[in-house]
Amino acid sequence: MITLQVVWLLLIGILIIGYAILDGFDLGVGCWHLFAKKGGERSAFIRAIEPFWDGNEVWLLTGGGALFAAFPAVYATVFSGFYLALMLVLLGLIFRAVSIEYRNKVEDPRWVAAWDVAFSLGSILPSLLYAVAVGNLLRGLQLNATGDYTGGFFALLNPYSLVVGLVGLSMFALHGALYLAVKTGGETQRKARLWAAQAWRVYALLFFVAAGWTACCYLRSGVVLPLVLATLAVVALALIRAFNRKGEDLKAFLASSAGIALVMLAVVAVLFPNLVIASNDPALSLTVFNASSSFRTLSVMLVIALLGMPVVIGYTVFIHRIFKGKV
Amino acid sequence: MDAVWLARLQFALTVGFHYLFPPLTIGLGWMLFFYQTRFLKTGDPVCQQLSRFWTRMFALTFAVGVATGITMEFQFGTNWAAYSRFVGDIFGAPLAAEGVFAFFLESSFLAILIYGEGRVSRKVYWLSSLLVALGATLSAFWIVVANSWQQTPAGYHLVNGRAELTSFWEAVFNPSTLPRYVHVIGGALVVGTFFVVGVSALMLLKKKHMAFAERSLKSALIPFFLAVNLVMGLGHLHAVQVAETQPVKLAAFEGLWETRTGAPMLLFGVPNVQTEKTDWAIGVPNALSIMVGQSKETKVQGLKAFPKEDRPPLLLTFFSFHSMVYLGGWFFTLSLAGLFLWWRGKVAQNRLFLAAAALTLPLPFLANELGWMAAEIGRQPWVVYNLMRTKDAVSAAVPAGQILASILLFSLIYSLLFGVWLYLLGRQFNKGPQPLEKEARS
Ligand code: HDD
Ligand code: HEM
Ligand code: HEM
Repeated sequence: MITLQVVWLLLIGILIIGYAILDGFDLGVGCWHLFAKKGGERSAFIRAIEPFWDGNEVWLLTGGGALFAAFPAVYATVFSGFYLALMLVLLGLIFRAVSIEYRNKVEDPRWVAAWDVAFSLGSILPSLLYAVAVGNLLRGLQLNATGDYTGGFFALLNPYSLVVGLVGLSMFALHGALYLAVKTGGETQRKARLWAAQAWRVYALLFFVAAGWTACCYLRSGVVLPLVLATLAVVALALIRAFNRKGEDLKAFLASSAGIALVMLAVVAVLFPNLVIASNDPALSLTVFNASSSFRTLSVMLVIALLGMPVVIGYTVFIHRIFKGKV
Repeated sequence: MDAVWLARLQFALTVGFHYLFPPLTIGLGWMLFFYQTRFLKTGDPVCQQLSRFWTRMFALTFAVGVATGITMEFQFGTNWAAYSRFVGDIFGAPLAAEGVFAFFLESSFLAILIYGEGRVSRKVYWLSSLLVALGATLSAFWIVVANSWQQTPAGYHLVNGRAELTSFWEAVFNPSTLPRYVHVIGGALVVGTFFVVGVSALMLLKKKHMAFAERSLKSALIPFFLAVNLVMGLGHLHAVQVAETQPVKLAAFEGLWETRTGAPMLLFGVPNVQTEKTDWAIGVPNALSIMVGQSKETKVQGLKAFPKEDRPPLLLTFFSFHSMVYLGGWFFTLSLAGLFLWWRGKVAQNRLFLAAAALTLPLPFLANELGWMAAEIGRQPWVVYNLMRTKDAVSAAVPAGQILASILLFSLIYSLLFGVWLYLLGRQFNKGPQPLEKEARS
C-alpha cells in the first residue's frame, strides 16, 4: 500500500510537471504577447501554440482528475480552500482558450486587440496564481479537524507566497521566450532570445531568494533530497543561459524543461510526506499516507495510467511532428 | 442566502451552460466524419465544401466547450468538498479516465482537423475526423459514468463514513450507466444533425448560398430522422430503468401520488404538493403500467409511498421531463415532414417547413437541458442517491459571499461568451461556404 501511495504521488507529480512544461510554454508565450508588434508578429505567436495548447491543458485536467481519484481529501481541501483564487485561474483559462480560437475570426483591429489583451492577462494570471498556491502549500495552511481551510482569502496573499508566485511567473515567461526562439525566425527570433535573457536574470534572482527563504523557514523534514534537486536546478539554470547565449534554442528550451521538472520535484521533496501541511497543528496535516484512496482504487487507477499514458505521449509526439518547423 | 443554495445555483448555471456545447460537438463531429467519409469515397467536391464549412462552425463551438468544461472539472473540489471526500474513492477515477482516454485523443486530432488540412494526407485527415468524433463520444461516456454512479451507486461499501470501491466494473456499469449514456448520445446526435438542418433552412429562407444550403439540408435529413428515433426509443428504455432504480423519481416525472395498477401516463397536469394530487390531469389510462411492466396489472409506486423529505421538487421535475418528451414528439413530426417533402422534391422550397425548422434551431439544445434538469432535480434531495444529501455535500470552507461574487462574475463572462459565440456563428453563416474547388475526382 505504501509503495502504491508513493507511486501515485509520483504519477500525479509527472502529470503536473508535464502540464507545467507543456502548458508552461504557451502560458509563457502569453506573458510576452502584448510586447510583440501588432499584426504579423502576434499572429505568429498564436500560430506557434495554436495546435498544441488544448492538448497541453488536458495535462492539467487529467492531473486534477487523478488528484481527485488518488488523494480526494487533498483535492477537496485545496480547491475549496483556494476557492476565490481558483475561480480567477479559471477565468484566465477561459479567456485564453476562447481568445486563441476567436482573435483572428474578425479582421477589425479593435477586435483583435481586445482578444490579445484577454489572451495575455489570461496567461499571466494563472501563471502567477499557480505558484502563489505552491507557496502557500510550502508554508502550510490553517486547517480544522475535517480538513477544511479556515484562514480566509487574504491570508493566502502573504509575502513568501507572493515571491514564490513571481518565481513561477518568471519561470514560465523564460520558458515561453525560449519556445518562441525555437518556433520563429529573423527579427522575432532575435527579440525572443533577448527576452529570454532578461527573464533569465529575473528568474535566477527570484529563484535564489525563494530557495533561501524556504531553506531557512519552511524546511521541515529531509534536507538532502531538496538540496540535491535544487542544485541540479541551478545547473539547469546555468545551461539555459549558456545555450541561450550561443543561440542553441532547442537545447536551451530542453534545459528549461528539465529545470521546471527539477524545481517542482524539489517542492515535492520539501513537502514529503505531507501534501497539505496544517500550520496550526501538524497532526491535522494531509499526507501521502492518510489522505489517499483505498488500495483497490489506486490499483485500478494504476492500470488506467499504464494503459493510457504511453498512448498519450504518442499523441503528443505525433502532433508536434506534424506541426513541426517554424511558423 | 445560504451557501448550499448558492453552490447549487453555481453548479447548475455552469454545468447548464457547459452542456449547451458538448452535444453540438458530439453530434456535429459525427456529421463531419460522415462528410469526410463520403468525400474520401466519391471525391465529390461538395462533400469537401460541406466538411469545411461545418468544421468552422464546429471549431467555434469547441472553443467554448473546452473553456467552460475546465470549470466543471474543479467545481467538485471547490463547491462540494464534503461530497468529494465522501465519494473520491470512486468518483475521481472516471474523471481521470476521461482525461487519459478521451480528452487527449480529442484535443490532439482536433488540431489536425482544424489546422492540419494541408499538412496530412487525405486518409489521415479522414481518420482525424473519426478520432475527434470518437473522442468526444468517449468523453461523454466517462462523465456519464460519474454522474450515473451518483444516481444509482453500485460497486462500493461504506468505510469510516466514506464510500470505498469494491468493484470497478460494477461502479462503472452501474444500473443506470448504459441506458443514460446511449440516451445522452442520442440527444447529442439530435442536436448535431438538426443544427445542420436548421441552419441550412435559415440560409434558404434568407436566400443565401442557395445551392450549398440545399445540399446541406438534404445531407442531414436522414441522420436527423434516425437520431430522433434513437433518442425516443432509448428514452423509453431509460424511463423503464428509472422506474426500477429510482421509483420516487419516476413518480415525480409522472405526477403519480398513489401506488396503483393501471397507472396512467399523463399528457398534462400540475402536481399539487398541498393536496397531494395532480390537478388538471389528462392522461392515457394504463399506459404507465404497460410501459414499466408490459401489462396494465403492473403496480407502479406513487409519491405517497415515500417520506415527504425524500421527494424531489415536484413542479420542476414534472415539467422538465414532460417538456423534453414533447420536444421529442415535435422533432419526430418535423423530421417526418422533412422526409416527406424531400420525397416530393419540395423540401428546399417549402417555406413553411423552412420557417418551422429555423424556429426549431434552439429547441434541441433546450431538450437536452431539460433532460438533465429532470434527471438531476428528480434526484434531489440526494446528491448521491439514498447515501448523501445535497445539503451535507457542500464545502464548509467557502463563504457564501465568495460564491455569490463568483456567480456574478461567471454569469457576466458566460453571457459575454455566449454573445460572441452567436455573433461568430452569424458571421460564418453570412460568409457561407468557400467556392467549390474545381479539382477532379481522385
Ligand atoms: C455528454 C457529454 C458531456 C457531459 C455530460 C459533460 N461534458 Fe464536458 N465535454 C464534453 C462532453 C460532456 C465534450 C464533447 O467532450 C467536450 C466539449 C468540447 C470539448 O473539448 O470536449 C467537453 C469539454 C470538457 C472539458 C474540457 C476538455 C478539453 O480541454 O479538451 C472538461 C474539463 C469537461 N468537459 C468536464 C466536464 C465535467 C466535469 C462535466 C460534468 C459535470 C461535464 N464535462 C459534462
Ligand atoms: C458527472 C457529472 C455531474 C455531476 C457529478 C453532477 C453533480 C451535481 C451536483 C453536485 C449538483 C448540485 C447539488 C444538487 O443540487 O444536486 C448538481 C445539480 C445540477 N446538475 Fe448535475 N451533475 C453532473 C452532470 C450534470 C450535467 C451534464 C448537467 C447538464 C445540464 C447537470 C445538470 C444539473 C442541474 C440542472 C442541477 C441543479 C439541480 C438542483 O440542485 O436544483 N448535471 N449536479
Ligand atoms: C419520447 C421521448 C423521450 C423520452 C421517453 C425520454 C426519457 C428520458 C428519461 C426517463 C430521462 C431521465 C433519466 C433519469 O432521470 O435518470 C431522460 C433524461 C434525458 N433526456 Fe430524454 N427522453 C426523451 C426525449 C429526449 C430528447 C428529444 C432529448 C434531446 C434531444 C433528450 C435528452 C435527454 C437528456 C440530455 C437527459 C439527461 C441525461 C440522462 O439522465 O439520460 N431526451 N430522458
